[in-house]
Amino acid sequence: MKNWPLWEVFIRSKNGLEHRHCGSLHASDATMALENARDVYTRRNEGVSIWVVPSAQITASNPNDNAELFEPAKDKAYRHPTFYELPDELKHM
Amino acid sequence: MSEKEIKNLEEIFDAKIARDEKIEPKDWMPEKYRQTHIRQISQHAHSEIVGMLPEGNWITRAPSLKRKVALLAKIQDEAGHGLYLYSACETLGVSREELYEQLHSGKAKYSSIFNYPTLTWADMGAIGWLVDGAAIINQVPLCSTSYGPYARAMVRVCKEESFHQRQGFQIMMTLAEGTPEQKEMAQDALNRWWWPALMMLGPLDAESVHTEQSMKWKLKRKSNDDLRQQFIDQTVPQADMIGLTIPDPDLKWNEEKQSYDFGEMNWDEFWQVVKGHGPCNKERISARVNAWENGKWVRDAAVAYAEKQENKIVKQAI
Repeated sequence: MKNWPLWEVFIRSKNGLEHRHCGSLHASDATMALENARDVYTRRNEGVSIWVVPSAQITASNPNDNAELFEPAKDKAYRHPTFYELPDELKHM
Repeated sequence: MSEKEIKNLEEIFDAKIARDEKIEPKDWMPEKYRQTHIRQISQHAHSEIVGMLPEGNWITRAPSLKRKVALLAKIQDEAGHGLYLYSACETLGVSREELYEQLHSGKAKYSSIFNYPTLTWADMGAIGWLVDGAAIINQVPLCSTSYGPYARAMVRVCKEESFHQRQGFQIMMTLAEGTPEQKEMAQDALNRWWWPALMMLGPLDAESVHTEQSMKWKLKRKSNDDLRQQFIDQTVPQADMIGLTIPDPDLKWNEEKQSYDFGEMNWDEFWQVVKGHGPCNKERISARVNAWENGKWVRDAAVAYAEKQENKIVKQAI
């Protein structure tokens, strides 16, 4: 027998907020994944909207590449407003 | 990878945990860390799932509709907790089928407490109050354990668990305030569940084999003996409040250490139950195996339906 595939579940807790990953579950198809997500992850009004995505469809970055991916941003302090020292008299900037 | 390289990675890994950084599924981790986590998280998941069985016994006989919906909601939470934990466990590279197989074959353990029978309605009260109470004490420190998916699952579990304990205590309180027979039923349940609940918090520190490594990985943040003392100190006044007696003649307030001294636990019984000779071990596992085997046609049908729908879509696209 074939096993039910794994789905990742994302919940929007209320309108105005983004969907957020909350866990995963097994289901035979998308409809069942939504129904199971509702039962497993929203028993106490945790959500107003659910996304389910087949886990196999997610491409993730490799932690081994973290240095080349994320470290270049570390020494670019000039991307932050605090890098620019300006006189205290200056208002609203 | 050479031994030196692994040692280097291990040092980086240990330092990360010491800094309270989380380990996530795709991060490098020592094989022993992975295996220990698979063991503990799956054992935890199995306990939630098997834990539904003793309570399921009383759904149809709950004394009122209010009690029935509360019990159903609690059992449904336990199914949910099992699923959060299975998902967390699968991120370590083990499949759900393997995990079920380990439970069904007896290779994996689950909390021994669920091998005791639920003889009266008062057992629903005692389980919520004592078993869930002990579980909360065990689980709260796990919310800050080092493995990210486990810690996140535990945060959800702990949020939901407090309702379980309160509904259990309320059942006990109501019975204790009732007729002499009802009070006696509550006392009898306390008598039977007290010692197994204490032993749920694990072997004595002196006999515990996993503690040191688990402390380092933050899989454990307090020792079994400390957790047990905490449980006793908080539970005894609760029993006093509803006029029930803790079944331990050696239980005594120790003014000097500001906590209770208590009697010896029957570890022979504990190990007998762990090894499979408790009153309900066989019944619990056979209930799980039957559910799995008898549900096979449903799982197969769902897959067949999904494939059929997909083929339809493909055909329409052509």
